[in-house]
Amino acid sequence: MTSAPADWMNPVSADTDEDPEFQLKLYVAGQTSKSVTALNNLKRLCETRLKGRYRLEVVDLLRNPQLAAGDQILAVPTLVRRIPEPMRKVIGDLSNEERVLVGLDVQVLPRCAP
Amino acid sequence: MHADTSAATPTADEARSPRALDTPPSGPSGLAKTATGITGLDEITNGGLPRGRPTLVCGSAGCGKTMLAAEFIVRGAAQYGEPGVFMMFEETAEELSANVRSLGFDLDALQQQGQVALDYVRVERSEIEETGEYDLEGLFIRIGHAVDRIGAKRVVLDTIEALFAGLPNHAVLRAELRRLFRWLKDRGLTTVITGERGEASLTRFGLEEYVADCVILLDHRIIDQVSTRRLRVVKYRGSAHGTNEYPFLIGHRGISVVPITSMRLDHAASDERVGTGIEGLDAMLSGRGVHRGASVLVSGAPGTGKSSLGVAFAHAACLRGERTLLFAYEESPDQLRRNMRSIGVDLAGWQARGLLDIHASRPTLYGIEQHLVHMYDLVRERRPAVVVIDPISNLTMTREDRMLKPSLMRLVDFLKQVGVTALFTDVTNDTDVSVLDAELGISSLMDTWIRVSNVSDGGERARAIRVLKSRGMPHSNHNAELVFTTRGLQVKGSS
Repeated sequence: MTSAPADWMNPVSADTDEDPEFQLKLYVAGQTSKSVTALNNLKRLCETRLKGRYRLEVVDLLRNPQLAAGDQILAVPTLVRRIPEPMRKVIGDLSNEERVLVGLDVQVLPRCAP
Repeated sequence: MHADTSAATPTADEARSPRALDTPPSGPSGLAKTATGITGLDEITNGGLPRGRPTLVCGSAGCGKTMLAAEFIVRGAAQYGEPGVFMMFEETAEELSANVRSLGFDLDALQQQGQVALDYVRVERSEIEETGEYDLEGLFIRIGHAVDRIGAKRVVLDTIEALFAGLPNHAVLRAELRRLFRWLKDRGLTTVITGERGEASLTRFGLEEYVADCVILLDHRIIDQVSTRRLRVVKYRGSAHGTNEYPFLIGHRGISVVPITSMRLDHAASDERVGTGIEGLDAMLSGRGVHRGASVLVSGAPGTGKSSLGVAFAHAACLRGERTLLFAYEESPDQLRRNMRSIGVDLAGWQARGLLDIHASRPTLYGIEQHLVHMYDLVRERRPAVVVIDPISNLTMTREDRMLKPSLMRLVDFLKQVGVTALFTDVTNDTDVSVLDAELGISSLMDTWIRVSNVSDGGERARAIRVLKSRGMPHSNHNAELVFTTRGLQVKGSS
């Protein structure tokens, strides 16, 4: 995608070259405290629960406002799971890990070793 | 909480929106307005919706909210050079385009020309999980992006209440809506927000609490099996507005609110006189007939010759070379032509020469509003000098008179405003006193009132004609006799 990289976030994080099981996008609007919290929460969750199974892309709507309509973004932050289908969304700063996992429909597995 | 909206300060408003000076501000306060282009609505609101501010349009399902909002956008783009953004929360852009295409609005073309931007906002509760804090900046960004892309001056949010079903946290939603309406205002966008009618409040989720500037209520009901739409301006901060319920229609050219003119008494009064087509009757009216631009009422029982008087009036106008519209609510054009030939009037000839239009229909079929709108349209289109409505009582008898009287009064008023000399016939029974009472409502609007009645005299029936009133001229107080001949109507014994 065309999302321009920002200093404070790494637009794409993936730990595999293959097409991963989970393809995630986090939509934010600028570097707000909610955005930063959400990104930190998400990165931690991915590393601990989805290691080796995901690709994460961060979209800053202030830079790419035209991308908001495509994924029907209203609230920010919004985490979108595009793959696997059907599309799922989690809105908010992702502070409750269990609810994020429910939202992403991830089988709850024991934590991976860090 | 409405501190921002309380002052109707035209200077601040105009400063925000440079276009404000293009259209003359109206209303005593000089509040800048944005014309909707919707027939009748701009008259009721003295110029349109508050410029650069949000207006709430509410009503139950199917009342025409979306149509009104769409017309506001389309006419803004096509007629006023104001591009518009339509954010829809319930139907898709394709559905909306299809729905308004039937009214002759081509949203697709306007979209391609960059005059209109459509964005369908879908919120699916089942696919959303919520955790932690969020705001609706995404929606702001979408609106802002669309507005910036086409340089929009107008925005529609239809129906933003759909968000209440999609987003679980209503506290956040309410705070964000308040911020959104404020933001739209700060950007000087003239916005229409639609809302579903609630049971105890104007809108189901109380949006009226956030939109303080202008609230319009639409209503759709069935009365005597006839579908009836009404519009009312509930509130308009800083501006005078009509407070009545106004009938409106969704016709083939969009929405028409029926009272095209408000009731005013500022029409020009002409000293010119026009003949009634009957010499003896002209004689009763100080020899010269009625004033041009006057409203003439001819009342009487069935069979007294009212229609013939109306036709004679139209015939006289055609003889003068004036364009005439004849609305016949009891006879088909063919029947009318045949009957009138018997008294020496060749209606078909006038029609062929393009001087006369005959419109015959039964008002019960569609309801009064449709007929009134049709009449307004025809009068505007054909610009006749003379209009004959035969009988106007057919427009009133089918439905609750109480509700119709204002509409009819406005029709009379409208014809006066545009300088049309109008003759209305009115069917009454032959008992004098009660009829006078019943007719008072409409007759007080009339400049000249002629009454025809049956009189039995020694086994012979005759028709008596009498001028009950005629403003601004001396007139006969006597009964005269109305006689039908093959060469037309005659009035005998007039002094």
